[in-house]
Amino acid sequence: MYKIVSAEELADKIFRMEIEAPMVTRSCQPGQFLIVKMDEEGERIPLTICDYNRETGIVTIVVQEVGASTTIMSNLKAGDYFQDVVGPLGCPSELVTGDFEEVKNKKILFVAGGLGTAPVYPQVKWLHEHGIAADVIIGTRSHSTLIYEEEMKKVAGNLYVTTDDGSYGRSGMVTDTIKYLVNECGNHYDLCISIGPMIMMKFVCLLTKELGIKTIVSMNPVMVDGTGMCGACRLQVGDEIKFACVDGPEFDGHLVDFDQAMMRSRMYKTEEGRAMLALTEGDTHKGNCGGDK
Amino acid sequence: MEVKDVKVRIPVREQDPKVRATNFDEVCLGYNEEEAMAEASRCLNCKNPFCVSGCPVAINIPAFIQEVKAGNFEEAYNIISQSSALPAVCGRVCPQETQCEGKCIRGKMGDPVAIGKLERFVADWARQHGITPKATAEKKGKKIAVIGSGPSGLTCAGDLAKMGYDVTIYEALHKAGGVLVYGIPEFRLPKDEVVAAEVENVKKLGVKIETNVIIGKSVTIDELLNEEGFDAVYIGSGAGLPKFMGIPGENACGVYSANEYLTRSNLMKAFKDDHATPIFNIKKVAVVGGGNVAMDAARTALRLGAEVHIVYRRSEEELPARVEEVHHAKEEGVIFDLLTNPTEILVDDKGWVSGIKCIRMELGEPDASGRRRPVEIPGSEFEIDVDAVIMSLGTSPNPLISSTTVGLDTDKRKCIIATEETGATTKEGVYAGGDAVTGAATVILAMGAGKIAAKGIDEFLSK
Repeated sequence: MYKIVSAEELADKIFRMEIEAPMVTRSCQPGQFLIVKMDEEGERIPLTICDYNRETGIVTIVVQEVGASTTIMSNLKAGDYFQDVVGPLGCPSELVTGDFEEVKNKKILFVAGGLGTAPVYPQVKWLHEHGIAADVIIGTRSHSTLIYEEEMKKVAGNLYVTTDDGSYGRSGMVTDTIKYLVNECGNHYDLCISIGPMIMMKFVCLLTKELGIKTIVSMNPVMVDGTGMCGACRLQVGDEIKFACVDGPEFDGHLVDFDQAMMRSRMYKTEEGRAMLALTEGDTHKGNCGGDK
Repeated sequence: MEVKDVKVRIPVREQDPKVRATNFDEVCLGYNEEEAMAEASRCLNCKNPFCVSGCPVAINIPAFIQEVKAGNFEEAYNIISQSSALPAVCGRVCPQETQCEGKCIRGKMGDPVAIGKLERFVADWARQHGITPKATAEKKGKKIAVIGSGPSGLTCAGDLAKMGYDVTIYEALHKAGGVLVYGIPEFRLPKDEVVAAEVENVKKLGVKIETNVIIGKSVTIDELLNEEGFDAVYIGSGAGLPKFMGIPGENACGVYSANEYLTRSNLMKAFKDDHATPIFNIKKVAVVGGGNVAMDAARTALRLGAEVHIVYRRSEEELPARVEEVHHAKEEGVIFDLLTNPTEILVDDKGWVSGIKCIRMELGEPDASGRRRPVEIPGSEFEIDVDAVIMSLGTSPNPLISSTTVGLDTDKRKCIIATEETGATTKEGVYAGGDAVTGAATVILAMGAGKIAAKGIDEFLSK
């Protein structure tokens, strides 16, 4: 059992939890993820590691209510337990494992979208701790869904917040801000790291390809075991098939087939919809719909 | 109960195929005491028993069968326990027809003795009567880490614990059992009743099991040896990575590896309404492959309401699955499209599987495996309309451990190199066995390797 030591609502339907998981924190690095399972009947839910403390053994995750399981999870309080927490899974970010001298000389831009802001944070923080100031763009629907602004300010070089509805910071999509920084401000970037909804990462990659900026994305496809066993998370990356759980989750964004990845991520929408209905209305049926087998 | 004809084995009761095709309860119901004693009386108690040499863990088969014949079931269990940590599992999933039973003298003139069904009976009887194996040896004060709680790891850990070692098993998943819990379906191997009970028995020998620990990520093998105080390590991490064919359309929605489909159903219990993990409601599926895993996936999909086609490129004779599994699958209504090979998965405009394009095959000259090589018949392409495809083409070892352990060599197939005699790898103090070494094989071969390695580790640490 893994104890939840704190749980708080960061923004509308976005929750942050700190969990005691020393086997995760003893070796995890920015870019990796973990899997939680709430109880005996629960599913295995992959979540990016958002922060960690090796001394206390406490790891931080951020969860958005999107389906039945995450809605139930958002009701967990400090003092409650997860039945299972396993990690770290996946490969650490290239920033951490690559040649530090090379990383040090790079001008890096992070582009975070929505919930993806949380996993961007440990990477920016890691760079900050190693004397590197990276620029960060946070894109979100509205001021009410903005997370990690204060934390990010402390570790980022320049922070740009943009909202879809213009309720806070700049107005428009993250790609508008990238264009602004590169074309209008004349900023030069060697590397872009983008984490957020797949549709956002797709358009960031289309733009950065045009601008000639190498871009790394963090993929979060459907997973079951997270250890390379099931292949549910497979992605087309260039001319290869990669498993996000063991080969990723970070990939060269200019090689990822986002359209296919988005299509695959919708695979269980019907089943998820039914589960949500069962949770909210207490009744549904699994399959055997009106004569349809 | 009397044996009417010594050449014919006592039939084992099974669930009716029509009924069992709609449930996940166990297919085979096993012998009762009377039936077991009658079947045991068919054993000739050979002076030079070939059956024992056919058993990868060398159970003293005639000895336990003589006890069954006399009605001494507890004694029979004690004899089996000396050699096997998982008799209730092996009695259900071992390919006895090519091992112990394949060597039985009775088989020359009729049915071999039903050794597997007798083993299963003894193990089930012991469980129902609360009899468990006993740890006997004095503590040696040495620590051994076992990676993976599948059949190989459990066997190695059980044997080492019996010798007096302090053993900890590390399991990456949330539940112990490895392929016994994520791979083999409930209707062949009940999870709570049989697997969990056998895992408990291993724990009763003093073995500790830590779930949710990924060796190679949370902790490396070098850290286990150098920092965590372990004297030796056994790697029984299996062959977990699924293979795909590399044909067009394989990433479409509705294409699964057998591992994914079975893991959802077996480990995550997606077939039960009260479990959160979803499983796609398949109407008609092509299961590609002809091994035991393909049969398991096919029979699972059938039970979840699908029309199921096994698509296999060779003929029935070459099917690698056990005869019993093929027979059960057919009885339940699985359709076999043999000498058929997929060339493309057809995809609709929403990205979902709409069919599978196949080509007819014929058998040519024998290939390296000794089986006749399937050859395409030109111009024989045809389509099967399906809404899902399950790829069951075998698995290969996960490189997680080999890639993070200094001095641990692997072969071209990413299999860990270990000697057959002791299980020793190229790294001192590190032993390996099971699918991690051989590539995908059977439960009992993995157990045999675990046994050999336990002996090898004991010899290494007794030097």
